[in-house]
Amino acid sequence: MTTKLPSDKIDIQALLKESHINEVLDELDKDLVGLVPVKQRIREIAAYLLITKARLQLGIEAAKPSLHMCFTGNPGTGKTTVALKMAEILHRLGYIRQNHVVSVTRDDLVGQYIGHTAPKTKEVIKKAMGGVLFIDEAYYLYRPENERDYGQESIEILLQTMENHRDDLVVILVGYQDRMSTFFKSNPGMSSRIAHHIDFPDYDENELLEIAKLMVSAMHYNLDKHAINAMKAYIQKRKQQPHFANARSIRNALDRARLRQANRLFNDAIKHKKETTAEDLSLITEADIRASRVFNAGLDDGLNAKKA
Amino acid sequence: MMTNPNGIVTQGQFSFLPPLTDVQITAQIKYALGKGWALSVEYTDDPHPRNTYWEMFGAPMFDLKDPAGILMEINNCRKTFPNHYIRVMAFSSVRGVESPTMSYIVNRPKNEPGFSLVRQETDGRNIRYTIHSYATDKPEGERY
Amino acid sequence: MSQLNSNNETMKEGKDRYKAGVLPYKKMGYWQPDYQVKDTDLLAMFRITPQPGSDPEEVAAAVAGESSTATWTVVWTDRLTACELYRAKAYRVDQVPNTGEGTKTEAQYFAYIAYELDLFEGGSIANLTASIIGNVFGMKAVKALRLEDMRIPVAYLKTFQGPATGVIVERERLDKFGRPLLGATTKPKLGLSGRNYGRVVYEGLKGGLDFMKDDENINSQAFMHWRDRFLYCMDAVNKASAATGEVKGHYLNVTAGTMEEMYRRAEFAKSLGSVIIMIDLVIGYTAIQSMALWARQNDMILHLHRAGNSTYSRQKNHGMNFRVICKWMRMAGVDHIHAGTVVGKLEGDPAMIRGFYDTLLDDHTPQNLEHGLFFEQDWASLNKCMPVASGGIHAGQMHQLLTYLGDDVVLQFGGGTIGHPQGIQAGAVANRVALETMVLARNEGRDIWNEGPQILQDAAKWCGPLRAAIDTWKDISFNYESTDTADFVPTATTSF
Repeated sequence: MTTKLPSDKIDIQALLKESHINEVLDELDKDLVGLVPVKQRIREIAAYLLITKARLQLGIEAAKPSLHMCFTGNPGTGKTTVALKMAEILHRLGYIRQNHVVSVTRDDLVGQYIGHTAPKTKEVIKKAMGGVLFIDEAYYLYRPENERDYGQESIEILLQTMENHRDDLVVILVGYQDRMSTFFKSNPGMSSRIAHHIDFPDYDENELLEIAKLMVSAMHYNLDKHAINAMKAYIQKRKQQPHFANARSIRNALDRARLRQANRLFNDAIKHKKETTAEDLSLITEADIRASRVFNAGLDDGLNAKKA
Repeated sequence: MMTNPNGIVTQGQFSFLPPLTDVQITAQIKYALGKGWALSVEYTDDPHPRNTYWEMFGAPMFDLKDPAGILMEINNCRKTFPNHYIRVMAFSSVRGVESPTMSYIVNRPKNEPGFSLVRQETDGRNIRYTIHSYATDKPEGERY
Repeated sequence: MSQLNSNNETMKEGKDRYKAGVLPYKKMGYWQPDYQVKDTDLLAMFRITPQPGSDPEEVAAAVAGESSTATWTVVWTDRLTACELYRAKAYRVDQVPNTGEGTKTEAQYFAYIAYELDLFEGGSIANLTASIIGNVFGMKAVKALRLEDMRIPVAYLKTFQGPATGVIVERERLDKFGRPLLGATTKPKLGLSGRNYGRVVYEGLKGGLDFMKDDENINSQAFMHWRDRFLYCMDAVNKASAATGEVKGHYLNVTAGTMEEMYRRAEFAKSLGSVIIMIDLVIGYTAIQSMALWARQNDMILHLHRAGNSTYSRQKNHGMNFRVICKWMRMAGVDHIHAGTVVGKLEGDPAMIRGFYDTLLDDHTPQNLEHGLFFEQDWASLNKCMPVASGGIHAGQMHQLLTYLGDDVVLQFGGGTIGHPQGIQAGAVANRVALETMVLARNEGRDIWNEGPQILQDAAKWCGPLRAAIDTWKDISFNYESTDTADFVPTATTSF
């Protein structure tokens, strides 16, 4: 099927259908709770990419636009998931050749000694070529406190690639909003090459509960009514505590609830000789959630707190 | 100038064809990546038929998904050594192969002086043959 | 034998079994339908055509007996041995599809026989073959007999050197990867003086071939003694190598009347710096194994011309299938063997030839009845043997050759090089351009089977020698029905 008409017209409908990007956008809606402004931005970008494709086909536009992006927001707000979807959209519209995302952090790009950084950065770039390079906590690339930091060398190579290999690579920089702003202020070259900024807001309590329900069913467990209430209370308390990481904190809480559930069933069966049903195996109860230290004004994350 | 029908060193898979364009090179790289082979870019100023170890322009590239990264290295190598022989090689790690699987030249010096054949007459009518690279009459770094 | 059609059971061990006289082979323990094949067993599959009226199972047992421990009569001395172990066991007999009543062919049977590993001396094709194809082919009980396939146990393979160099190392030594190799046989086969002969070699190699080749019957005749040929050929090889910057070779045929003379010729080839020598199948299995050992000791590639094989491999009902020769030769240790072209002038069904190529090149060949491979075969990391396609092929068939035969093959264009209207160098150029163009196109993902002729035409626009080659041989093909075809064919295959 060709979308190019003989005259100066172009069938956008057909172009859209052919690319199947609607499916990706629908998936995004379905898979991700909340994030309304993000989804709106993605739809806008997708529309822009589609129209640009039409302009390229008619020869109105000569060169592919710059597509590098910056995703800002707190941990656990869905940036990685959205990056994967973005790669799929870019791939379906033909802006990248491979539907793959290479995810790195500073350690993958910056070396420890002179001459170490350039090969490391190039290695990463070569691996990402044709697809998306996702640089998490990108602000770490720049460390103004250390004059001899090799991060700057990596930034320069990245800049060069972002400019000269627009057709081969889309870079997505990721990090906290405030720290990324500082980063861009010190690296105006980088800032000017970013075409799309997307800010990921924190989830509100209702959204977090929805996320919890989705996660539980994906793990093939159930929450009864009391457990749901307990979860609601848990979210309220946890949000006030330090190191809150949105969806990631929810996942951690559920993982621990599963451990407690297992321990409970084990004790019931061995110590109290109780029979265990299939239903028991799937049910996470209020007790499993309420046993969290969060309810005792403690930090539930334990050793994982720093990471979260 | 060499006297074979092409007037050039004919090592590699595609020396009898017109020089490969970047588009053609990209297609060959894609073929290799599709087979799961690693690729490397190598260059030399001594194309003697038994000069096995050309200099590596960086280590072989493993786990790449797209040809662009390799083409980038080829072009970097061409920029650095515009008048050297440059070849692309593919390597398979499959048991029973574990050896190069492709090799083709993507850059050549403007003039290819070729080789002389030195015949050393020994006992009887026996001859010992030496193939001598004209280029190596000059020291390394000054050959092309 | 009068008792041929008597009952099926093996007699109990003991007095009765060893009473003097004649017993049916089945009763002597050579027919064991319940036998569980061991991993260490050597398996053979024979196509038997029994004498009219004979019981196929008894004939299968007879083949098992005569190729292992039996003689025509009972001998008490069997009882001094672990004879149960040493008896070969026919364990399965199937009627061959499309034979017997209602067909044009008289009834044939596939008989499967298992042999105990201890029956064979390690590392000796001679010993192996003395059993498997020793006496048994002359037995009166069979009207015709053909050895179709063998499964060599890993334990036995490990006693063989295998190809002296192997495909992988050959490519590394030659510095040629990712494409078939190109060769040509010097023509005329006989009559050229050493000086004139070397001219053909030089022109072919300088033009772009990787190898030139002696023919099977060029040894040391009145018109050209071997040392002359070796000296002139090696001057040609080295001169062509200097002219192109490529490693080149000429298969110097060292076939001679005695081992001593063959070693002498091989040593001389080595002293002149040749990368490859050649022998003929007719020198015999032991001589081939000896030359393979020599080749490995002397960094030499060993080319085998299958001279003589068709005397026993061509007829479908008698002799042996060429795939068995392929197996033995890979074990014996040759690096190259002529294994058919599919499209050329010599016998060859595409599916059968695929089976030969897989036998020579695979680490492990699965059973594949359509390709004539009756047994799964683990090759125990034996080196791979390069198949050679030679005989009546030309540049215009390049897309077919590459599709059928793949990369690991030497394509020998003898007439297709030397017979080129613009000369031998031009012939070589045409072949090399056709080959490189086709490999390039295939790697680009093009459908060379269908687009092949157009791809060649496009290349011929800028390559005069290829243009001339295509125009000269455009209508040449050899359309004869193959005699050696698969008995199991889902769809008909054709031979070009």
